[in-house]
Amino acid sequence: MTTTVDARGLSCPQPVIMTLNEIKGGQDKEIVVLVDTDTSKENVMRAATSQGCRIGDVAPEGEGYRIAITKD
Amino acid sequence: MQGKNIFAMRWGIIGVGAVIGILAPLLQKLGNPGNMGICVACFERDIAGAIGLHRAAVVQYMRPEIIGFVIGSLIAAYLFKEYRPRVGSAPIVRFVLGAFAMIGALVFLGCPWRAVLRLAGGDGNAILGLAGLTFGIWIGTLFLKKGYNLGRTQATHAAVGWMLPLIMVGFMVLMLIFPQVDGQAKSGVLFYSLKGPGAMHATLLLALGVGLAIGFLAQRSRFCTMGAIRDTVLFGQTHLLSGFIALVVFAFVTNLILGQFKPGFTGQPVAHTMHIWNFAGMTLAGLAFALAGGCPGRQLFLAGEGDGDAAVFVMGMIVGAGFAHNFSLASSPKGVGPHGISAVIIGLLVCLFIGFTMRKKSV
Repeated sequence: MTTTVDARGLSCPQPVIMTLNEIKGGQDKEIVVLVDTDTSKENVMRAATSQGCRIGDVAPEGEGYRIAITKD
Repeated sequence: MQGKNIFAMRWGIIGVGAVIGILAPLLQKLGNPGNMGICVACFERDIAGAIGLHRAAVVQYMRPEIIGFVIGSLIAAYLFKEYRPRVGSAPIVRFVLGAFAMIGALVFLGCPWRAVLRLAGGDGNAILGLAGLTFGIWIGTLFLKKGYNLGRTQATHAAVGWMLPLIMVGFMVLMLIFPQVDGQAKSGVLFYSLKGPGAMHATLLLALGVGLAIGFLAQRSRFCTMGAIRDTVLFGQTHLLSGFIALVVFAFVTNLILGQFKPGFTGQPVAHTMHIWNFAGMTLAGLAFALAGGCPGRQLFLAGEGDGDAAVFVMGMIVGAGFAHNFSLASSPKGVGPHGISAVIIGLLVCLFIGFTMRKKSV
């Protein structure tokens, strides 16, 4: 199963807080984070990497990006 | 997907902090006020004075650096396809936070940028300001942990994001039509200072050039002084902090080289020694920045890349500067203003109210 975190439209640091909450407290190994700015994309990827997660596909979606994260 | 953004890497943010750390003391050498090579709060306050929102005679000047910050960021955002017009995330709250952030900053006499520039120039009072800033941001992180947020923005017309950049262009045009005339306090519709910090400035082209360069680099690197402290406290993430530290270190070295380093607490330029109120003023500013999601510099860069809510925060700061001087809230080298202390207390209460009441888990 994959959990989707929709952080579109939320400004710094909400996307990172939501991603970290899911990494630390969520059940699913696969997480997809939706963001709408490049800053949020970079921040989410940096935060996930710092938690030892693997960043998968990062693809443009709509006005923003879809970031695939795998927990180890 | 675009190529990697090197400015968003560790050495990128350190490089940008270093560039700001070198350019700010240089601007001071070339005419800007003491330990105020760049101060976003002070310079927006000077702009408020230039257009007559307050009439404090010593702080009236249309600062080209601020105009450059917004336009430099706009150029970078368009070049790298990051311009995203967006608006609608609690704009009135951002306006109020901007106004009180300015009032807090003017009780201390500087924004976070100037706080570190003051430290790098030897002003010991800056230690109290930075401690207060950190304390205020720490309070902000408690609200963030409890689910505080400003709600989502909506994508909007490109023109919405141009509003603040266009206002800045308008300010620049006014300055070109009504340039400073030697010995006169008014030129056309614009006010100028004959003495005091407002009378001290680098040449227009130089200030604008430095502003554009920093605006460009800061948009690419997401440089933010509040974020530097917030991310360290909240996540143990020191990415932005490394840029902030680079700013202090390079400004310190540049000041040493230029002979601008003068350690001490008393007699520092545009500073007072009331420790409690240096601390409390910046606590208010730090809390307001944390609740609004960015330091005053970052708000200008965000506004340049299309964030209409950040633009509202900027307008809140400029209007807040009007209140700060019209109501005698701002400090001077003699100490806090007659009503500065009440304003800090009211501001803290307003920020706490906002923090406690905007805590919906997911909007």
